[in-house]
Formats: sequence, structure tokens, C-alpha cells
Amino acid sequence: MIGQKRVAVEVPPTLRWLKENLFSTWYNTLLTLLCLWGLYAALGSLLTWIFAKADWSVIPANLKLLLVGTYPAEMLWRIWMALYLVVCFLGMSAGLWGSLLRDTVVVLSSAFLFLALLPFGVNERLLLSGLALLSWGMMGSGWLLRRSSLRRWGARILLGLWVLSPVLVVALIGGVPGNAWLAPVSTAQWGGLMLTFMLAIVGIFASFPLGILLALGRRSELPVVRWLSILYIEIIRGVPLVTLIFMASVMLPLFLPGDTRVDQAVRAMTAFTLFTAAYIAENVRGGLQNIPRGQYEAAQAVGLSSFLTTVFIVLPQALRAVIPANVGQFISLFKDTSLVFVAALLDLFNIGRSILANPNWLAHDSEMLLFIAFVYWIFTYFMSHLSQRLERTLGVGER
Amino acid sequence: MLKDEAIIICRDVHKWFGNFQALRGITTSVSKGEVVVICGPSGSGKSTFIRTINRLEEHQRGQIIVDGIELTHDLKNIEAIRREIGMVFQSFNLFPHLTALQNITLAPIWVRKLKRSEAEDLAMQLLKRVGIPEQAHKYPGQLSGGQQQRVAIARALAMQPKIMLFDEPTSALDPEMIKEVLDVMRELARSGMTMIVVTHEMGFAREVADRIIFFDQGQIVEENSPNEFFKNPKHERTKLFLSQILQH
Repeated sequence: MIGQKRVAVEVPPTLRWLKENLFSTWYNTLLTLLCLWGLYAALGSLLTWIFAKADWSVIPANLKLLLVGTYPAEMLWRIWMALYLVVCFLGMSAGLWGSLLRDTVVVLSSAFLFLALLPFGVNERLLLSGLALLSWGMMGSGWLLRRSSLRRWGARILLGLWVLSPVLVVALIGGVPGNAWLAPVSTAQWGGLMLTFMLAIVGIFASFPLGILLALGRRSELPVVRWLSILYIEIIRGVPLVTLIFMASVMLPLFLPGDTRVDQAVRAMTAFTLFTAAYIAENVRGGLQNIPRGQYEAAQAVGLSSFLTTVFIVLPQALRAVIPANVGQFISLFKDTSLVFVAALLDLFNIGRSILANPNWLAHDSEMLLFIAFVYWIFTYFMSHLSQRLERTLGVGER
Repeated sequence: MLKDEAIIICRDVHKWFGNFQALRGITTSVSKGEVVVICGPSGSGKSTFIRTINRLEEHQRGQIIVDGIELTHDLKNIEAIRREIGMVFQSFNLFPHLTALQNITLAPIWVRKLKRSEAEDLAMQLLKRVGIPEQAHKYPGQLSGGQQQRVAIARALAMQPKIMLFDEPTSALDPEMIKEVLDVMRELARSGMTMIVVTHEMGFAREVADRIIFFDQGQIVEENSPNEFFKNPKHERTKLFLSQILQH
């Protein structure tokens, strides 16, 4: 047989995949065709509707409302500026720390470029391209910083800027009293996707540490701390989220002294944070319970205090183990922001509903709801993808 | 025995797990630089005993004094004593999310307040001493059992302890890896470290130990030099144990 070696015909990998997976035998071929027919029967009419029959004009006509709500049009530059600021930090961090952040920025900048190709106004398209360029530029300079001797200081300053960033963003978008350039814009005028994002981001970043503290509290050896944590978790978990938002927005003022006024959006954020923290706490507790006793013993044996053991040994392992559960919780928080209508706030979903109530757009429910669902899906899909990457990145060396 | 000063003193130590009494009045002492091997059937309390020495288990009656400090409920004392005692476990108990090097440097940096660079130098020296400097940047999951146990020994040594406790350090290892761990322990014993080793490796005990303590049912049945212990066991229980363990 030597010398008669068959010359392998170069088959394109896609075709080979198709052959191996879908058409390997006659019954597999039959099944494949049946499935295709089934898919067509189920989705065909939907796709025809999406691409041929639907009247999508409702989306571009109300795009500004959907994105930022009733935010004053002449002030929109402030939102752009906040966006530029965040992208700037993000790009820099991506260059400096790489891995997941880098992927995020790559995806984000491609999204900006894609949006810039869509038929918006010239200004918007320029601004979007600017965002893409900025993210790449900052990523490059972050990468240079990483190679330079200033790396440590750069990282510290950048962390400081991140800590400061919520203040900057709120000052930009919400305004500073008495400042001519940044006239206050009340949160009643924030709305759309921007509000959805703000609620979700604040909810996620505030509930995570709170949840960890509650989880640790529930396992504490101090009875009072333990009881309070259990009480908190069980009460919050026993109450629907809508009730919490409602209580925060309607009932809270009744308990506060007469002239104290807490902003409506802040109240909603508080409600989301308190609610999510209870669930995060239970997730994290699950992770804590799975740490083998040997880990505590080894940490004790080398003289680590219980605080150091928690910070360096227990939490890193526990949090990694519960990434899927926590991200699941964050995804549901992101979608649950649509419940803020009880606090009279108009996030993406609710501004969509109020547009539909406008007589001009009466018959466009399907288009509007499908569009909103699509926007939610894109971001939740992105989050779950990031979580998988995060798991892999943090799982280094574990079999 | 020429070794003078007692570094560990136990007087009438008792320990209960619920209704089960694991230790029934252990009285013994260990001198500086002495290598003591503890053996006995499983469930005889030998592991429990060495775990009371660094207070991973609490004793309920009696007295344990390590390097002049008595073990009580006082957390400060416990932490001080744990800094003096290194421990190696049967199941290694390395931190899986840290590299070998990080496993070793963590406590020196945060407990002994060493600079990171100093701690890393120390860790590399120790990894060389246990024979695996090339594995420094691997995670425990990427190492063999023998390599993991050697990293665990290096981790314990990094705190520069006066005493090392070994709780069946080779019991979880494949036969071909036992030797590499025992070699490290031999070298350590020769360097003058005070060691208490719970093990079934009788060859190691005969060669390295200054004294063998035989445990049964929570008590010390017999305590003797290796030669005497293996040649003239005094108690019936010891003879039975030795015949069982040396047969195969």
C-alpha cells in the first residue's frame, strides 16, 4: 500500500462540518431537512413580517426618546460627553489590564462603528465614529503605559478615576446646581435606555459588595450579626420587587421628616440594590459552603487571621464558583429595571409603551416591542458571554 | 538523649468529639531538634493529637505548652503559636486559585510583613530546597501529588517555623511519589528541625526518628527509640500492630 497513498481532496472546513454533522447518513439527512422545514414553518412568517411587512418607522422617529427619554435636546452633548468619558476610561483599562476588558472594548468599538454606518444624522455618525476611534486610541495608550515604568502609578490613577467616575457621570448628566454649563436636569427627565443602564449599573455595583457582606454576616460567629443578616435576607426575599420599588417611591416620603426629599431615581436604585443584594448573598453563601475545611485549616496553620483567610482564600474561590448564578441575578436585574414605572420613571420599556399610547403610533405595538426585546437581548447576551469568559479567565490552572 | 530543652509539653490532654473520647490523657514532651514519629491504627487519635498542638482541634482538659506559651482560648496566643508551627496535611490543602509561588509567599507577606521581593526570593529558595523550582508558576491543579505535597512543605517552611507537624503526609500519594516527599522530610530532619510525623512509613520511622510513639484508643501505649520499638515491643497491642503493618 506504500506509495499508493491517497491524495486527500481539500474540502473546505465548512462543507466538511456540514457533511459530518448534518448529512452523515441518509436518516441524518432526512432529519436535517425535516428540521429545516420545521424552522421555516415556525419562523418563516415571522421573518417575512420583520423584513417585508413591518413598518419600522416608529423606531427612528422616536429614537431619541427611546435612548434618553425626555432629556432636553440642547443638553444632549452632556450625555455624549459622559459616554466619551466612560469609553476613555474603559479603553485605557483595556490597554492596561487586557483580557476581558480588551474583548469588551473590541466588541463595543465594533458596535459603535456598526451604528455609525446606520443612517443617523451626520453629527451622530461622526460622534459614534469618534467613540470607536477613542476606544482604540485609549487602548493603545493603555498598552504603552503597561510597557512603561509608570505602570503601577497609571493603574492607581486609573482605579481612582473609576471610583470617581460615577460622580463625574452624574454631575455631567444630572448637572451641578448654579453652574451655567451644567444646569440641573431632574431625573424625571432621564429616561429610555440611558435610565435602564443607570439603574442596572448602579444596582449591580452596589448590590455585589452588600451581598457579599450579607453572606459573610449570615455565616458570622457573632449572633447579632448573623440574626440581622438572616432577617434581612429572608424579609427581602419574601417580598416581590415591585412592592419594594413601590414602597421606596411612595411610602418612603411618609416616614421621612417633612422637608427631606430623596430623588425618585435614587429611590428606585436603592430598591434594586437592596433586592438584588439579598439574592447575591444567598448565591455567595452557597459558594462559601463549598469551600473545603482543609482550606481554612491550611490558612490557619500558616498563621493567617480569619479576616485574611476570608479575603485571600475563601472569597476568591467562593465568588468564582458562583459567577454563573450571580450573573444570572444581574441579568434579571437588568430586565427588571422595566418595573420602574411604579416609581413613575420611564426606562426603555416604559418609554416604548408611552410612545405607543401616542395616537400617531397606535398600530405599531409589534415593531416597538420586538425592537425593545431585541435591545434587551443584545445586552443580556453580552453579559452572559462575558460571564463565561470571566469563568474561564479566573479558572486558570484548575482541572 | 542529648537534646535538652522541651519545646512541646503535653500534660494529661483530653479531647472529646461529642460523646466519643478521642484523647484520653496524653502526657509527653518533645525536645528541640527531635524527630518524633507517631504511629498506630486508624482512629487511635494520633492525627487528633498533632492537630491539638497548633489548635486546629481544641483540647478540653490538660495542658499544652509550645515554646513557653500555653494554648488557651486567647486568640493572640494561638496566632503566635501557629506562626511557630508549620503543618503539612494528608490532602496537601494547597490554595487552588494561587500558583505554587503565591501559595508560599502569601503568609510571609501578610503575616510576617515581608516585602514581596524578599518573600519571592525566600519562596524560590524553598522551592529549590524541595527540588521543584521550575514549577513555581504552576497552579496546584497542574502539579502531581508529590509535587503538591512538596509545595505544601515549602509553604509551611516559609513561615520559618521552629516545629513542623506532618499529618500522614504520604498517605494520599501514589507509591512512586512517596519517596520524593520522604526525601525532603529526611533532609529537613537532618537540618535539625523539630518534627512530629504521623505516618505508616515504618522504614522512614526506623531511619529518621529519634523516638516512636505508639497510639491506641486515644492513649500512648508505648514510647521508645526506633531500635527498641521494632526489636522489643513491650506491649501485646504494639506487637500485633507491628506484625500487621510489617507483614505486607
